[in-house]
This record gives sequence, structure tokens and C-alpha cells, in this order.
Amino acid sequence: MTENVYIIGAGIHPFGRTDGRSGREQGVFAVREALKDAGLDWPDIECAYGGSAAAGNADIMVNELGLTSLPFTNVANGCATGGSALASAQQAIASGMYDLALATGFDKHPRGAFNAKPSDYGLPEWYGQTGMMLTTQFFALKIQRYMQLYGISRETLGRVAEKAFRNGTKTPHAWRRSPIDLETIMNAPMINDPLTKFMFCAPAEGGVALILASEKKAKELGADGVKIAQVSVRTRPPDSFEVFQAGVSVKEGGKPTVLASQAAFEGAGIGPEDIDVAQLQDTESGAEIMHMAENGFCADGDQEEWLLEGWSEQGGKLPINTDGGCLACGEPIGASGLRQVYENVEQLRGRAGERQVPGKGGNGPKVGYSHVYGAPGLSAVAILER
Amino acid sequence: MSARQPIDPNLWSHEAEPHLMGGKLPSGEIVFPMPTGDAAQGVEPHKLSRTGKLWSWTSQGFLPKEPYEGPGSGPDEGPPDFVPFLLGYVELPGEVIVETRIVDARLEDLELGMEMEFTIVPFNAAHDTFAYRPLAAAERQAA
Repeated sequence: MTENVYIIGAGIHPFGRTDGRSGREQGVFAVREALKDAGLDWPDIECAYGGSAAAGNADIMVNELGLTSLPFTNVANGCATGGSALASAQQAIASGMYDLALATGFDKHPRGAFNAKPSDYGLPEWYGQTGMMLTTQFFALKIQRYMQLYGISRETLGRVAEKAFRNGTKTPHAWRRSPIDLETIMNAPMINDPLTKFMFCAPAEGGVALILASEKKAKELGADGVKIAQVSVRTRPPDSFEVFQAGVSVKEGGKPTVLASQAAFEGAGIGPEDIDVAQLQDTESGAEIMHMAENGFCADGDQEEWLLEGWSEQGGKLPINTDGGCLACGEPIGASGLRQVYENVEQLRGRAGERQVPGKGGNGPKVGYSHVYGAPGLSAVAILER
Repeated sequence: MSARQPIDPNLWSHEAEPHLMGGKLPSGEIVFPMPTGDAAQGVEPHKLSRTGKLWSWTSQGFLPKEPYEGPGSGPDEGPPDFVPFLLGYVELPGEVIVETRIVDARLEDLELGMEMEFTIVPFNAAHDTFAYRPLAAAERQAA
């Protein structure tokens, strides 16, 4: 049997740099905020799923939160760690085994681009030695080809970043909270052509926690919750083009984001036109552009018009990355996917303050969509309903 | 003979006109790089085409972290010693699309589908690596 699952508590530790507080401590902070939000105490939580990429195991959090003997599973799924933690917690409740579960993620990365070890990804050493094992290159290579094929301009990449920093000014949990104008973004140092410094997000710190409940429990508590309509996680299909690939198939393959998105819409029984607010993985400007199409919100090439017309702005027909996304919040890997869900929970509950989106007809947003993508080619999509 | 050694002894063939080495799976599919260990079972080494078409490209504008071993990575070196480079994907017709350094080209000259040719280039004091370059540049150098 499958139970309906609700998110009844959401907590966040501000993203950015917090000297003197470890990644896990930022996670614990977020868990306490989520418990407070749900009106619960730690011993109420029956099972937990969480992870970080660079700040240690999540299950150690019981040292600070309390030794309640709950089962606590560590999740390690690259950039999709948060999405996988959410999917696991959702399944634990949907199965009928538990009534209250925690999904959490946190991280704390050193400054500068991520560095990866070839052997961790089944790649030969020369791939790293010769300077080809950089995630930033993959994103540049993917958007460069996309721009050539579908006529996306460099200005459109700049507009995505400009929007992100503008949204960040209204977001208490964002890292970058000052606007940056288009000209500054376009003229910033080139990192990997066509992407300049301000078109990339940076590794950062932060923590997020969500408390999930069965429908019965949510009613019993009288919780201010949102329903998880569907969570779908998909790994890459054959012949796809992903980060860290020395060789790509000449056959055009599928995309994990397209698969996860289609599964999520099918499971929720709705389509892209029903979404009121969306958080799409935007580790750089090009990713947001391509993910708009991969998630079914527009056709390839239409993004040029979308950004020019402001359709993905706070007051547009589909506000995208309303808290500034990865570009303004930074990317603490373990926490990033859950930040997107946190943002949708706040938007759907009408608690997003200055950055609150109006929803269709101005009656408040009813359906939120979040999408995260990670190495070595997996995507997680969550659709929430009020 | 160059004092430099290949960055990996099995990455390309050692002959007058070297080829990048891929693998041919039992299904006939061509992959790059040649798999190693258990994954190499039943995979035949396959000499990849020396020419192909540019599939995408970018520039590397900052010093990569470890395990990068190029200019700027040495114990007494840093970002000022880094030499920016170009890289991209080249589609080898009917075979596979390979990720590669791009040499003898300027960023602004690169375009989708441009003809590229395989070459071996110095990488650091100890090693050579492979690259592709625009066929026009290859012809200019030969002239």
C-alpha cells in the first residue's frame, strides 16, 4: 500500500561561509529549525536519511541531536544527495512503516572549483593529470554545443545570472545578496568559455532539513504541510552525455533529467503547465537554460525569448529559482537539492516574504517543482502540492 | 627521440602516424578510452580515426587543482605559471566522440563541425599528451 506523504517541517542554515561552525553543525542547526517548525522534538522522529559530500557522515548528528536509537541512513549521491535522501524518507513513510521521517543534507567545501579523483569515477589517471576532469568544463562544453544548435546568445546566459543575484537580494538564506548588473556579469573573467565567473556557482556551506509525515500524522498534528505529489530519481540511460566522460557515444541517447521529469509528471498526474514555481539545477547559467527544456517547460531555443521577456522572473508565468538558486546560494553539495525543496515548501505555504510568487491568478502557488542533477549522470525531481 | 614519455603508454599507437586507442566491444560499438581490468574482457583494441569533426569546445582559464600535472602545478609554481588551454569533443565518424585538448587554434576560430586532425603535443617536462587541431592548421604546418 502507498500512503500520502507530507512535508510538515522545513529548516535551513544560511548558505555561504560560516567560519567556526562545521558542516554537520550547520546540519544540526537546520534539523532543530525543522523540528521547531513542525512543533516536534527529536525523539518523535522515527527514521532519518541524510548526507554530505565533504563534511562527514550524517548519522553522527545523533551525537548532538540525541541518542534515540533511530535508524539513520547515510546517503551519498553527489549533487543529488538531497534528492535521494528525500526520496528515501518519502518511501519509508509511503511504505507504511513509519509516520515521521527526517531528510537532511549539509556540506562545507574548500574554496575554488571541486576537484575529483579519476579512480573514484572509473577513469584513467591521464584524464585528471591533463586537466580534463573539471565539472566546470563539462557544463561549458554542454552549453557551447547547445547554443550553436539552438541559437542561444551569451546575453541570455548573463540574464540568468542577473536574475539569480536579484532574487538573492530578497532571500535571507542566500549567500550572494547584492545585485550584479548584466554588463559586469558579461565582462567578468572567463572561466570556461562561454561562461564567466559570475555565471558559475561556487562551492559553499549550508544545511537543510525536512520533516516528512504520513497523512494520518500530519492531520493528527494539525500541521501546516505540503503534499509530496511525486519524487522521481533516475540515473543515466545508454548513450547519454554526462559530466566526466572521456568518450561519448555517436548515437544520441536519452537524458536522466528528461526521464526523471517525465516520471514525476506522470506520477503526479499533471503537466508542466500546472507548475506555479520551479527550482531547476543552475550550477551555472547554461544549466538553468538547458534544464528548462529538459524538464519540459519550453522547447529548445525558446529560452532566448523567456529570458528577454522575464517569464522566469518572480512575477513571470513560471518563476524559476526564486531564492537565487545555486548561483546566489552557492552549492554545498549535500544540502543543495534539499534547499530547492525547502524553497518550494516556503513558497507553497506563503511564507517566502519579499520573494513570494503570486501563483496563477494571484491566489498563491499551488504546485512546486524542483530538479537536481549530479555526477555521474543522475537527476531527482520532486513535485509538491498545497 | 623525445625525452618525454606518453602520459599513458597505451593511450595512442606508437608509429609514424599515431592513432588514439579506443576499444571495440563485442557488440561492435567503439568506446574511448580502451577499458581496463575486468571491463576489458572481450574488448578488442581499436585504432581510432585520425580525423573527425568538432562537436563542442571550451577554454580552461584557471589552474586546475590536483591531480593536474601541467604548467603551474609544480611544487614551486602557482596560478601565474598556468598556461590556459583549449579543449573540446571531436566526433570520429561512425566511432565515438572523444574529449581532447585542442591545439594550433584560437578560441574565436572554432566552429561546430570543423575538420580536426589528431596530433601528439608536449604536455610538461616529462610527458607528451594527445590533442586534435583544425585540419587547416595541420596543412599550414606541413606546408
